[in-house]
Amino acid sequence: MLKARIIPCLDVKNGRVVKGVNFVALRDAGDPVEQARLYDSQGADELCFLDITASHEDRDIIFDVVNRTAEECFMPLTVGGGVRTLDDIRKLLLAGADKVSINTAAVDNPSFVREAANKFGSQCIVVAVDAKNEGPGKWGIYTHGGRKSAGLDAIAWAKQMAAFGAGEILLTSMDRDGTKSGFDIDLTRSISDAITIPVVASGGVGTLDHMVEGVRDGHASAVLAASIFHFGEFSIAETKAYMAAAGVPVRPLVP
Amino acid sequence: MSRVAIIDYGSGNLRSAAKAFERCGANVVVTADPGEASAADRIVLPGVGAFADCRDGLAALPGMVEALTRSVIEDGKPFLGICVGMQLMATFGLEHGRTQGLGWIDGEVRAIAPSDTALKVPHMGWNELSFVDSPAFANGHDVLQDLNKSVAPHAYFVHSFHFQPDDGAHLLAKADYGGDIVAIIGRDNLIGTQFHPEKSQAVGLKFIENFLAWRP
Repeated sequence: MLKARIIPCLDVKNGRVVKGVNFVALRDAGDPVEQARLYDSQGADELCFLDITASHEDRDIIFDVVNRTAEECFMPLTVGGGVRTLDDIRKLLLAGADKVSINTAAVDNPSFVREAANKFGSQCIVVAVDAKNEGPGKWGIYTHGGRKSAGLDAIAWAKQMAAFGAGEILLTSMDRDGTKSGFDIDLTRSISDAITIPVVASGGVGTLDHMVEGVRDGHASAVLAASIFHFGEFSIAETKAYMAAAGVPVRPLVP
Repeated sequence: MSRVAIIDYGSGNLRSAAKAFERCGANVVVTADPGEASAADRIVLPGVGAFADCRDGLAALPGMVEALTRSVIEDGKPFLGICVGMQLMATFGLEHGRTQGLGWIDGEVRAIAPSDTALKVPHMGWNELSFVDSPAFANGHDVLQDLNKSVAPHAYFVHSFHFQPDDGAHLLAKADYGGDIVAIIGRDNLIGTQFHPEKSQAVGLKFIENFLAWRP
């Protein structure tokens, strides 16, 4: 049976992790590679780097981070943030990323997703969908960290991206992101049930019940969280044990 | 030290595969050169993407298919195909039309069809391996030793098509996803995984270690 994936996400700026400073076990908690190694050893099912580097000049730092991570971590690695061209994707894949997440570039030019999927295969093209509630059962797409409305309906957009060859949707509720009040379950379920490709639920996790709800009620294939892991509130092992006890199939940890 | 050629035919995340083999102690050469492929002790054919594209990519390297056939089929060097690299061993594939494969293990590559239509395609993520007793490997397959220590072994899959071998004796492991998914096939000195051992943490590294020690 396929297991629900648990994915820690690291925000990386200028090659440094911007959140999660109280990992006592790490020599350098700001080093994304050290954190990646920790999550790998804890049995995370996948890892996500979100590059939030603002300046274009410093963007190349992420390639080195991905490269060094791939040297040591033998699990799937998704990298997102600032991916705009086929060359960006190629460089990330060559550095050792398995999947690349595209957001603004997809909204600006949807056929970019089709080109990318044709060139590199759907399996490595993730479309990041940032959605905000705009009324009962209705969500809109936003870019630029949730500041700019794209004037698109989230469900229709997810369907279009799946049709264009995306292999997965990374779905973030902008309403819930950072609130620790749980996923927007209606949103997650509406998108997940509307498309045949996997959905990764993101935005709002504050408790382990939220992780369970994302899969059980939101029908997500994977659940992504940042702060509950980075600030040491829960380990991957605790998360898996909790989810398993709640009836969500997860991959057992190898002792 | 075992010298391993990972064939670069324009497909896939070769760095991940190379790093995993290096971690397991191999001397790795990533190559598009038939001469270098022939000089290696073991050959790995990775592959992500569509069957037809990968077959074209392999055919586009002059002399490569001939060099692989000589090394693997005639000289009997250990061969590992990963994902589409495994599928390419088939007689033919049905992704993007019917395409001839290498024809090393009789069978066809067809779309997975989970009986439960709520299951997502591609089949993406960690699934449990269930080993099949093959009459061809009555004492167990050397490459599959010690994969299930204390917990059920899981491996990372991402695919929409899978290999259907004509001869059930070539099926070594499967996974359940609304029906059987073919996870590992093999005969003689050939083995192939639908999942990605280079992305499957401890289970994958153990598999690679076993492949490097394998004397078929």
